[in-house]
Parts: sequence; C-alpha cells; structure tokens
Amino acid sequence: MTIAVQCKGVWKTFGSGPTAVTALKDIDLAVEDGEFVTLVGASGCGKSTLLRTIAGIESHNAGEILVGGIPVNGPGVDRAMVFQNYSLYPWLSVKENIKFTRQLAAHTRDRTSADVEVASGRADALLSVMGLTPVAGAYPNQLSGGMQQRVAIARALMSRPRILLMDEPFGALDAQTREVMHDLILHVCQLELCTVIFVTHDVEEAIYLGQRVVLMAPRPGRVDTVYAVPLTQERSQSMKHQGAFLELKSAILERIRATSGLKTDLELLQRLSRTAAKG
Amino acid sequence: MNSTTAALPIAKRMRAMGFWVIRGTITQRRYWILAAVGLLLPLIGWGTLSATGIVNPVFLPGPVSVLARIGTWYSNDDLLGDIWISTLRVVSGWALSALIALPMGLFIGTYRSVQALLEPLTDFIRYMPAVAFIPLVMLWIGIDEGAKIGIIFIGTFFQMVLMVAEDVRRVPMAQIEAAQTMGATRMEIIERVIIPSAKPALVDTLRITMGWAWTYLVVAELVAANSGLGYAIIKAQRFLQTDKIFCGIILIGLIGLAMDQSFRLMHRRAFPWLYARS
Repeated sequence: MTIAVQCKGVWKTFGSGPTAVTALKDIDLAVEDGEFVTLVGASGCGKSTLLRTIAGIESHNAGEILVGGIPVNGPGVDRAMVFQNYSLYPWLSVKENIKFTRQLAAHTRDRTSADVEVASGRADALLSVMGLTPVAGAYPNQLSGGMQQRVAIARALMSRPRILLMDEPFGALDAQTREVMHDLILHVCQLELCTVIFVTHDVEEAIYLGQRVVLMAPRPGRVDTVYAVPLTQERSQSMKHQGAFLELKSAILERIRATSGLKTDLELLQRLSRTAAKG
Repeated sequence: MNSTTAALPIAKRMRAMGFWVIRGTITQRRYWILAAVGLLLPLIGWGTLSATGIVNPVFLPGPVSVLARIGTWYSNDDLLGDIWISTLRVVSGWALSALIALPMGLFIGTYRSVQALLEPLTDFIRYMPAVAFIPLVMLWIGIDEGAKIGIIFIGTFFQMVLMVAEDVRRVPMAQIEAAQTMGATRMEIIERVIIPSAKPALVDTLRITMGWAWTYLVVAELVAANSGLGYAIIKAQRFLQTDKIFCGIILIGLIGLAMDQSFRLMHRRAFPWLYARS
C-alpha cells in the first residue's frame, strides 16, 4: 500500500500573541491509498481545521503535509472537497454545477474535442450514479438538502481527484436521508477508487463509513486515538446492531467525553443535583 | 363571502381574513386591492380636504388644480424638456457613480487590504452633507451640467461603494472555497463565482441608489440651473405656486416609481433561478 496523504508534525495556530489558539498540535497521520478514514472528536478539536489544511485552503505554521509525496502549499485539483452546505452555485443548473470545473483553466489546458466529449460523458455518468438524471436541469434551490449534497459530491468527483475531503457533508440532513447517503457514498467511492478523509461529529457515521476512525481531542487540537474498525469492507445497515460495532461506538463516545473538556459542566450538574437533593 | 361574515364588524373580519398573520401570505388579488386602497385613500382624503375649502389653496392646492397645472406646464412651459433634462442629470450622476463604485466595491469586498485602505475614508465622507459641497463643486467644476451631475454623484457614490462592498462580502465563503478546491485561479473566482453570486444583490443596490439619486435632484438644480423639475420647484417656490410644487414632487415620484418597477422586472428576467421553486 502506498501512502496517499501524510501529515508530519503539523502545527496550526490562529491569531498571535497572548490570544493565540493552537488549533493543531503536532499532528502525525498517514492515510493509505484507497482508504476511507473518518475524523471525529469534541467540538474545537481541530478536525475541520486539519481537513481544511490538507485541502490547502488553510495554511499550517509548521510541519509538512504530503499528498502523493508532494508538499501541500495551497489547493490543488488532486484534492476535492465537499462542504456541509452553501457551496453549490445557485445560478447554475445541477448539470452546470457538476461541469463547473470544466470551465477552469486548470482543467482545460489540453482540451481537445474528444476531451470535451469524455467530460460530457463523465458528467452524465456522475448524474446517473448519484441519481440526479431527472433533476439535471433544475436549480439547486429547487432540490432537497440531500439532493443538493449529491450534486456537491458529483461536482467534487468530476475532475477525478485522488483524494476526496468531506467536511460534515451530511451534518444538515435528517437521519433517514443520511442513511441513504452513507450507502451511496460508500458505493461511489468504491467505483471511483478514491481515498476519503471524512470529518463528522456523529460517531455512528464515523464507524459505519470508516476503515479507521481517528479520534481528535481539543485544547490544543491533537490526535488522541486511532481505531481500526473491525468490520468487513462491505457495509450494511444491519451491522450497526452487531456487538463489535456497538462496543467500538461506546468506547469512542467514552473517550470523547473524557477528552471534551466539558468536565466542569459535569461537576456543575452534579453539584446542582446534590443541592437539589438536600433541598 | 356569506352573510354571517359580512355582518361581522370590520376588525373581526380583518382577523378572519388573516390580515394580522405575522409574515403571512396573501393572494395576488388581495395584494393588488390593498395596494390600490393604499394609493387611493390619501388621494381621496386630499381631494375632500381641499374641496371643503377649510384649507387655503395656497397651502394645499386640490388635485384638480394640480392636474390642470400639469396641463399648462406641458403646453406653455416645456414640461417634457424639464423631465428629459432632469432624468438625464440623475441618470448620468448615478451611472457615473456606478461606473466607479462597482469595481471599487468589488475590490473592497474581496480584499481585506483594500477594505482597510478605502472603507474608513468612504465611511467618513458619506456622512458629509452633499448640499455643503455645492460651493466647492461650483469652484472646482463650474456651474455647467457637470456641476449638477457632480452633486448627484457626491450624494450617491459613497453610499453605493459601501453597499456594493457589502453585497460582495455576503457571497458565501463556501462558494469561494469550493472554487479554490476545484483549482480556480483568483481571477476565475472573481469572474465565475463572486460576480455571478453577488449580481442579484448588486442590481438591487443599483435600484435603491437610483432612488437616492433622484432625491438629490432638487439640490443639484439649485446650482445655476434654468431647466429641470427641481429647478421648476425652486422657481415655483419663489412665486408661491404651490400647485406647481405639487406637480414637480408628484412627477419625480412617478418617474422614480417607474424606474424602480423596471429594475424589479429586470431582476425577475435576469435571475430566474432566484424565483424558481420546485
């Protein structure tokens, strides 16, 4: 197995002086080619920051991020990103959104008429795989949240990125839609053979999708534990009730609680319940 | 409507019709009826008030005499010429400020460094009264057409820049970042994301500032004018021709309304995706 993404001692601070916040502290992480890795952790643990740093839309202060062995110093077409929402272009139809990358110089340097045809075919194939063919001509604001995220994923896949970065892409969806999207994304990623780094705050989602779950802890943001998911590559909804799944889920939840820094709140609650008992 | 609801007192009926539903919806028909009532009621009130003769017509001329005055203005005093020159001044001043404010606002809204450089200054100048610039404008530009356009420019430009900058800043960061991760260059992001995304808001800003440009017309025509609606109002004031003042004000209002409505129509035509609903 070759390494697709490697973080070596990555540091990231926001602000400067006494108000500076360390968002990422000495992150070491290697993601293998074709692997599906999920990042979870309490809010403020830097999981989104790490993803955005790998994407190159956020810079890092120290350390090195290598993608395919080449250091990251900005966004690149080898890494596509799917955001939680508001990233689609509402003035373009679904198909025009998906073909957006084709208008950019980065993708048209060696464009021939054959390439255009291939691209058009690719857009149609993605529409079909994501179940978007019937709404290809619609505008994004005519679609439900789930359908909008399908468009966002298809658009990210259009340029055949090696790595797909997903920042809580299903965070705004309802539970039923989310389950459908989980199976869809697993299926599509197998078809496209891409490496995925997926940020979520939902532990069940992290285990169901990931081959490894990386747990991060806040203040300062750091990698706490890496869990290998003891499930077969092929996933199905029934696995969510298996013992191994549930055990891992409670272990991760326990660890998040321990690292979340919400201890003071817990103490406060205990104190309150004690005073209530006395009263 | 059946007889029982018709017998209800008006307050109860309004409630039954959903008049007071917060952010409620109403039918197209009811909207137009209410709009007509809102426009006609003041007109009827004005007509009856002047017909009773309680108020001296020098203070409040009746709608009929105002209408008659429009007629004589048209036949004796070149009304169309006044409308034309005033519209030309307003549109020129507004277009000139749009020509500079659009690119400048785009830069302020896109780059924090440009914002720091220009926004505090603009914020400072926009609080200065446009009227106070009249002597300076006369000194710098003279008393020709340029001076009138200059006053309208000063009145609209500084507000317009800030509004354009705000429209550009409102473009969702996710739209910009998505383009970055797709490998778009800086120019491509401005051209293909920021401008199309901000366009509907920009058209609205242009529509609103056009209204402001009209409000500076009278001030602009204080400067050595001998034609125009604002000039006519100022001259009528000297001769206490209240009916002509009314004419001028109402005409400005009507022209403004017509321009506003054409902007709205253009908005609907140009941005179908904003109005598309599943």
